[in-house]
Amino acid sequence: MAKNDSSDGLGSPILLTRFEKVLSWARKYSLWPLPFGTACCAIEFMAVVGTHYDISRYGWEVVRFSPRQADLLIVAGTVNYKIAPALKTIYEQMLEPKWVIAMGACATCGGFYNNYSVVQGVDRFIPVDVYVPGCPPKPESLIDGMMMIKEMIEKGEPRARESWEEKWKERYEK
Amino acid sequence: MSEGTENNFPPGEYGLEWMEREGDNVILNLGPTHPATHGVFRIVVELDGETIVNCDNQIGFLHRCFEKESENTTWGQVIPYTDRLNYVSPLMNNVGYVMAVEKLIGIDVPERAEYIRTIICELSRIWDHLLCIGAALVDLGALTNFWYFWRPREDIYDLVEELTGARLTTCYTRIGGLMADLTDGWIRKARHVIRETIPNAIRDVDRLVTKNRIFMDRTIGIGPISAEDAIAWGFTGPCLRAAGVPYDLRKDQPYLVYDRFDFDIPITDNGDTYDRYLIRMEEMWQSLRILEQAFDQIPGGPINVENWDVILPPKDEVYENIEALMAHFKIIMEGIKVPPGEVYHATEAANGELGFYIISSGEGTPYKIKVRPPCFAIFSAMPEMVRGHMVADLIAVMSSLNIIAGELER
Amino acid sequence: MSPASSVLEHIRERFSDHVLETLSFRGDDTVVVKRDALLSFMRFLRDDPEMSFDFLMDVTAVDWLEREPRYEVVYHLYSSGKNRRLRVKTRVPDDDPEVETVTGIWKGANWFEREVWDMYGIRVKGHPDLRRILMYDGFEGHPLRKDYQKDLRHPTVPSLDFPDPEKDVRRVIKATDLMRGSGREEGAQEPEKD
Repeated sequence: MAKNDSSDGLGSPILLTRFEKVLSWARKYSLWPLPFGTACCAIEFMAVVGTHYDISRYGWEVVRFSPRQADLLIVAGTVNYKIAPALKTIYEQMLEPKWVIAMGACATCGGFYNNYSVVQGVDRFIPVDVYVPGCPPKPESLIDGMMMIKEMIEKGEPRARESWEEKWKERYEK
Repeated sequence: MSEGTENNFPPGEYGLEWMEREGDNVILNLGPTHPATHGVFRIVVELDGETIVNCDNQIGFLHRCFEKESENTTWGQVIPYTDRLNYVSPLMNNVGYVMAVEKLIGIDVPERAEYIRTIICELSRIWDHLLCIGAALVDLGALTNFWYFWRPREDIYDLVEELTGARLTTCYTRIGGLMADLTDGWIRKARHVIRETIPNAIRDVDRLVTKNRIFMDRTIGIGPISAEDAIAWGFTGPCLRAAGVPYDLRKDQPYLVYDRFDFDIPITDNGDTYDRYLIRMEEMWQSLRILEQAFDQIPGGPINVENWDVILPPKDEVYENIEALMAHFKIIMEGIKVPPGEVYHATEAANGELGFYIISSGEGTPYKIKVRPPCFAIFSAMPEMVRGHMVADLIAVMSSLNIIAGELER
Repeated sequence: MSPASSVLEHIRERFSDHVLETLSFRGDDTVVVKRDALLSFMRFLRDDPEMSFDFLMDVTAVDWLEREPRYEVVYHLYSSGKNRRLRVKTRVPDDDPEVETVTGIWKGANWFEREVWDMYGIRVKGHPDLRRILMYDGFEGHPLRKDYQKDLRHPTVPSLDFPDPEKDVRRVIKATDLMRGSGREEGAQEPEKD
C-alpha cells in the first residue's frame, strides 16, 4: 500500500492499494465457518468457539449452519458412506469463494477406522485446503489451521479446489 | 416448476422428488446435519399444520464399526475405540470396558485404582451433564448458559489433561489398573474445581433458568413418558429416573466403591423435559458430594494388579529381569490372553446403563464385544414421546434426551 | 441356595423340554432355549411373579462361524423388582436365519432387532418395521458376519477412487422413501400386520 504523498505537510487521509488486498482483508477477518461436526472433533470445535480459545478475536465466531451463508467448511469428525452424499451436497451448495478444513484424523484420512463404513479421508470427494491432524486436534491446532487459511487469503494463494481434480486423477490413475 | 426457468438445483440429482401428495400432511426433513449440537441423525416428521403426527428417526450416520474393529485388535487396543463411544464423557467408557474384561478374567484391581476410577467416573458424569444441559438450553435459545457451563468444562479438561495427557480421548484405564497414578497436587486442584468453579456455574444457571417463565412454559409437559412405557422401552439413566423409576446401578448393583459413599438418587414423576433437566442438575450436586468423599477417603497403594499376564510390568523390571521382559513382549505382541467365556457388565454412565457384552475365545483378540448404548433405547422411543407436540417441542425433547451419536451408532 | 441359581432351577422346572442348557459363569446366568419356544419363554419371564424380568436391556447376535447352528441370538434381561439379570440365548441355523420378534413383550426390542437384521442378516418375523438401521438403504451384505471382509468399500458418492457413478455408487437415499418404511430393500419380507 502506498501513501499518497501530498506536499502540504498535513499527511494524507488516502491509502492507495489494490482492490484484491482490501477484499482479502475483509474476507480473512470475517470468515463464517460451517462446522460439519459429526463426532468428537465437534466437541473440540465447540471449545474453540468458546471463551477460552476464542475465535471471535479474529472475527470468526459467526457460526452458520446454512451452507448458503458460510464460507469455510470445517469437516470435524468421521465421515461415513451414509452421510457422504449430505456432505457433498452441502459443499456444492456453498457459494464461492469457499475453503475447506479437514479437522482431525478421521476427516483427513479415515483415522484409525479402516472399515466398510468410513470414508478414508474427506478429500476423496471434496477438495481440502488445510488438514489439521490430531485425534482430536487441540484447539490451538485448529486455530493454527484457520490461521493458514487466513494466510492463504492474504496472499491470494490458489485454493485446493482449482487443482484438485488434476492432482488426484494423477494419483489414482497410476 | 414452471418451464422456461433454469433450475440449478434439479431435485432428481440429489435423490429428491417433488412432493405431490393428496393429503394435507407435510413431510419435514430435519436432515442429518442440523444446527443442534447433537451429532448427526435424521428425523423425518410428518406434520399436520405444525403438529407432529408421526416421526421417523434415522441413525447410522456415524457408524464407525466399533465391533468389527474390535474383533481385529488386541484387548488393550480396544480401549482407544471405547473413548470415541460417548465422546463427551470418555473416561466412563474406558472404565466400563476394562471392568468388563476384568470380570471375565476374574481379577480385582487394588483399592486405590477403584477410588481413582470412581473419581474419574463422577467427573465425567458432571462433564456430560454440563454439556447436555448447556446444549439443550442453546436449542431453546438460552445461549449464555452454554458459556457459563463451558468454563467448568474447561477446568475439568485441564485436570484430565494433567492426569491422562489428552483432553478428550483419554485412553486412561488399562486392564488390571490404570495408565498412571494421580499427579502431585492433582487432588488439591480438583478440590478447588469442585468447590468453586462447578458449584458457581450450576448456581448461576439455576438462578437464570429453573424458575424462568419461558423455560417452564417450553418444557413442562413436553415429551412426557410414563414409568411403564419407560421400562418397556428399555430406558435407563436420567430419562428413566425422570419418569419415576428409582433404578440406578450405583445403588442397586454397586460396583467400584460406590457402596462406601453417602449420596442420593433424584427422582421425579412426570418424565417430561423439565424433569429431565432437574434430574441432571441435581445429579451434578450429588456427584460433587461423592467426589468430596472420595477425595477424603482415597487410600495409598499400588494402582495396578500384580499380575504380569494382564498388565505390563514396570519398566525397570523389564530392563533387569528376564521374566518381566518376556511378559512385556507377550502382552504387546500377542495381547492379553483372556480365558474363554462370555460376560455382561454394566455401569451407570451419564446417560444410563452402559453395558459391555464380551465374548472371548481364549485368544489375544476379542471374539465379540457388543456395547449396549444407553441412548439407543431412549432414542427409539422418541416418536412416541413427541406425537401431538409441535416441531419446536421436538427440538426441546431431542436435546433433553442427550443423544450422543458416537454411542448411539458405535 | 443363592438367589441366582434358584432362577435357573425355576426355569429348568417349568421349561424342562425347551431348555437346552443353563450355565452360570462369573456371576452371570445364561439359559439356552429352543427357537420355537422362545416367545412363550420370554412371556413367562416377564409375567411370572417369581421372574418379573421387566427390562429388556439388549438384543444381539453372535456368529459362530464354525459351529452348527451358526448364529446365536442373545437377549439380556433385568428384573428391577428382584434385582437380578439373566441372559437368554437361542440358536439359529444359517439356512433358516429367522427368529421371532419380542416387540410384543418389550417395546424396546424394536431397534435392537433391526440392528440384528442389519448386522447379521437374521430376519425377525413379525417385526413392525424391519429395515436397516445403521447402514444405508441399499447396502448389500451383513457386515458383522465373520466372513465379511472388514475393509470392503461401499461408495455412495462419486469420488476420485470410485469415479463411475453408474457402476460404483449405491443408491442415494431418497427423501420420499423415508417415511412409512418405503425404504425397504428388495427381498425384505413385508411385516405381518396383526
